[in-house]
Amino acid sequence: MTTVLDSLNTALHRAFADDPSVLLLGEDVLDPYGGAFKVTRGLSTAFPERVFTTPVSEAGIVGVATGMALRGFRPVVEIMFGDFLTLAADQVVNHLAKFRWMYNDQVRLPLVIRTPMGGRRGYGPTHSQTIEKHFLGVPGIRVLAPTALGDPGEILYQAILNSEDPVLFIENKLLYTMPLHGEDLEEDFIPYPLSALPSGENGVRGILSPTFSLSLRSAPPSVLTMIAYGYMAELALQAARRLAYENEIFVDLIVPTQLTAFALRPLLSSLDQTHHLLTIEEGSYTLGWGAEIVAQASEVMGGRLQAIRRLAGRDLPIPASGPLEAAVLPGVEEIIKAAMTLTGR
Amino acid sequence: MADNQTLYRTLYLIRRFEETVLETFPRGVFYGTTHTYLGQEADAVGVLTPLQSDDVVFSNHRCHGHFLAYGGDPRLLFAELMGKATGVCAGRGGSQHLHWRNFYSNGVQGGIVPIATGMALAEKRKGNGTVTIAFLGDGTLGEGVMYEALNMASLWAAPILFVLENNHIAQTTPVEQGVAGDIAARFTAFGIPAKQLDTSDVCEILPVASELIEEVRTKSLPHALILHTCRFGPHSKGDDTRSPQQIDLLRQRRDPLSIHASRLNPDERLAVEIEVQNIVDQAFEQALRDPYPILQSSASNH
Repeated sequence: MTTVLDSLNTALHRAFADDPSVLLLGEDVLDPYGGAFKVTRGLSTAFPERVFTTPVSEAGIVGVATGMALRGFRPVVEIMFGDFLTLAADQVVNHLAKFRWMYNDQVRLPLVIRTPMGGRRGYGPTHSQTIEKHFLGVPGIRVLAPTALGDPGEILYQAILNSEDPVLFIENKLLYTMPLHGEDLEEDFIPYPLSALPSGENGVRGILSPTFSLSLRSAPPSVLTMIAYGYMAELALQAARRLAYENEIFVDLIVPTQLTAFALRPLLSSLDQTHHLLTIEEGSYTLGWGAEIVAQASEVMGGRLQAIRRLAGRDLPIPASGPLEAAVLPGVEEIIKAAMTLTGR
Repeated sequence: MADNQTLYRTLYLIRRFEETVLETFPRGVFYGTTHTYLGQEADAVGVLTPLQSDDVVFSNHRCHGHFLAYGGDPRLLFAELMGKATGVCAGRGGSQHLHWRNFYSNGVQGGIVPIATGMALAEKRKGNGTVTIAFLGDGTLGEGVMYEALNMASLWAAPILFVLENNHIAQTTPVEQGVAGDIAARFTAFGIPAKQLDTSDVCEILPVASELIEEVRTKSLPHALILHTCRFGPHSKGDDTRSPQQIDLLRQRRDPLSIHASRLNPDERLAVEIEVQNIVDQAFEQALRDPYPILQSSASNH
């Protein structure tokens, strides 16, 4: 059984073995600790000269990695908790995201910032957030978010070795221990991985990682399109099964692993049939990812998009208490309820 | 060591470039704003003259002098300020955002310090004896990320020279109101040796810079050079809160041009000034005639 964590860890080892220009910087990444979530375990033992354990200096280490990338290396930065990305925001927004374009394409910036996001572990307001939405609108970076679908390690490997631009790589904490989907999924769903690396997908430049399109086997035509990424895609899968078996509501589920640039075509293909859209995200509701997805779909479909709903975290800090946290973040029950409301059940 | 005439040529080039920028700004030929280097010319020339061709320079918002002393073409810099296709970055960056060969600049205070440190560490891994130079100012001392970078530069023995130009005024804030304690101690606290000079004489700065650069190169350790200097012009344009008398006094006592001009005979000096004036005039006129860039429709996703 391979977990998402195993997949990511193996991919880092492969990237280090395959390209000597790959370096890693992060807090507490040395063995035997191997990083707060153990994604970097074993790397410092296998490649001691290329793994830097750093001071607690998120802005500084992102800056150092940017300098290394500008001068020919392929650094990977681990930010221990995604919440701490705000400390490095100036480096991301005003430095690394801008350099290639503002220097008139004279430089390349192959840099991956990996960071765990998400709640449901009781870590409270500053260690549980899903804040990638603040970076989704920054030109010059790509934001990727793997799930347990397909091969998350391969997405990371490609981002490290084959991207010439900065990548923000979002790893939901609850995904780490999940086994990769295989036969369990294919019993119920027809997965359409839109090729491993659909370069040029939908005419959007810079698509590095796939979008999955799932629909139930031997089911009547779907009446609703749900779109979710990261751990919310897992909850949406559970909801899709129950909607089918318990409520006879059949849905398509679209799971992008690249949030920007966004490949719209897989979503539109499903919406052409269902005309109903439910966006599902763990980040806060207002001005979120779902709003952008709805806007992009509406611009193309106009009145053919009959009904939409956005499901997201409530506009509150994430509470530490379990029951409170569960009330703030959307779960399977909320997805089912939203799907039923949207389809008029 | 460069001869006096060569040094004067570069000092005068920076001076006339910057004066031309301020003189012609009201004509509306430039976009945005500018931060001129008037009065600090000896710093750039003194520090960058001993550079080797592979060495790396990261500068800040006040970067014109550094760019020209690095060897940058004044026409490309004028064109960049005018937003022309022929500019250093084809008009995308403007006055504060330059990249040419191993020269880089960015307009946000502090953020360049860890980046320059990372560049120095990258060059060190390549093992080719390259030195990285980062230009900071007294205003930069207020930014926290700078201290993260000094810590890592020292921990990891980055071959970098931090050049801090203390012109005693951050935009309009005098250094006494913006910087507590001791400037050199900020470096030495991290184990980075700091040398200080209070001069506008290129012939005093150059040998010290040269020695430090070679020390950084051979020992592969970070060093700091603190240059106490004077800014003659406004922070950008017309926003100087100091009195004209105060500026006049600085110009009388601390003008790098008149200090160094005394080492040339009058004919020699005049010849250099005429030559440079021609270069600046032609660069300006050529840049003025250059075309504007066009944004390609494929430049974004929309």
